[in-house]
Amino acid sequence: MKVLYFAWLRDRVGTAEETIETPAEVATVADLMGWLAGRSDGHAKAFATPDQVRCAIDQAFAGPDASVSDAAEVAFFPPVTGG
Amino acid sequence: MIRVQQAAFDVGAEIAAFTQGTGRVGGVATFTGLVRDYLGETPEGAPPVRAMTLEHYPGMTERQLERIEAEAHRRWDLADVLVIHRYGRMAPGEPIVLVCTSSAHRAAALESCQFLIDWLKTKAPFWKREETPDGDHWVEARAADDAATARWERSAP
Repeated sequence: MKVLYFAWLRDRVGTAEETIETPAEVATVADLMGWLAGRSDGHAKAFATPDQVRCAIDQAFAGPDASVSDAAEVAFFPPVTGG
Repeated sequence: MIRVQQAAFDVGAEIAAFTQGTGRVGGVATFTGLVRDYLGETPEGAPPVRAMTLEHYPGMTERQLERIEAEAHRRWDLADVLVIHRYGRMAPGEPIVLVCTSSAHRAAALESCQFLIDWLKTKAPFWKREETPDGDHWVEARAADDAATARWERSAP
């Protein structure tokens, strides 16, 4: 699956986009955040405050319990601040 | 109509074009969001903001704005809706966002205009980064914006 990062999550991870293969036990958004946090120090910093991280699966908002098993594109970002 | 663009726009010209009507429109409501020149909630003693950069999630941004536009049409009897939202770097005083609504009567235009900007602020994937003399800062989401959106969720017809 393709994983995208925006705003300060991208700054901390150090990349805007990566393609990953997740193990079978990564079933939900929360699982994926925990798994990604282990990939590097930057990832760990990005996901250190999970309550400040929002997620979209295939460009629609998704909560921590949403399934990522069929996701093609998962994005992580802070709460939005447009307008 | 939804427009997501980097280029600056002329607020007056956009409103004039939107207002060119058929005679069935009795009122146009507009909201223009501008870049402030200070950091935080109040200008007194606040560090100056030299510029702001808006980042967005191409694709999802358009989808979310189209959904918000459809929701406004569902809730009110509107003749037309225009939302222009910019991304990229902009200076204090420049317009960021323009929301225009038109209807036969004022209430639908005024209410839907406020609804659109309130919803957009918490549901469209944009992020602001402000440049100050101390460095760049990502703007934090405001609880007041969540409260403004929640108000419309409660009052859903």
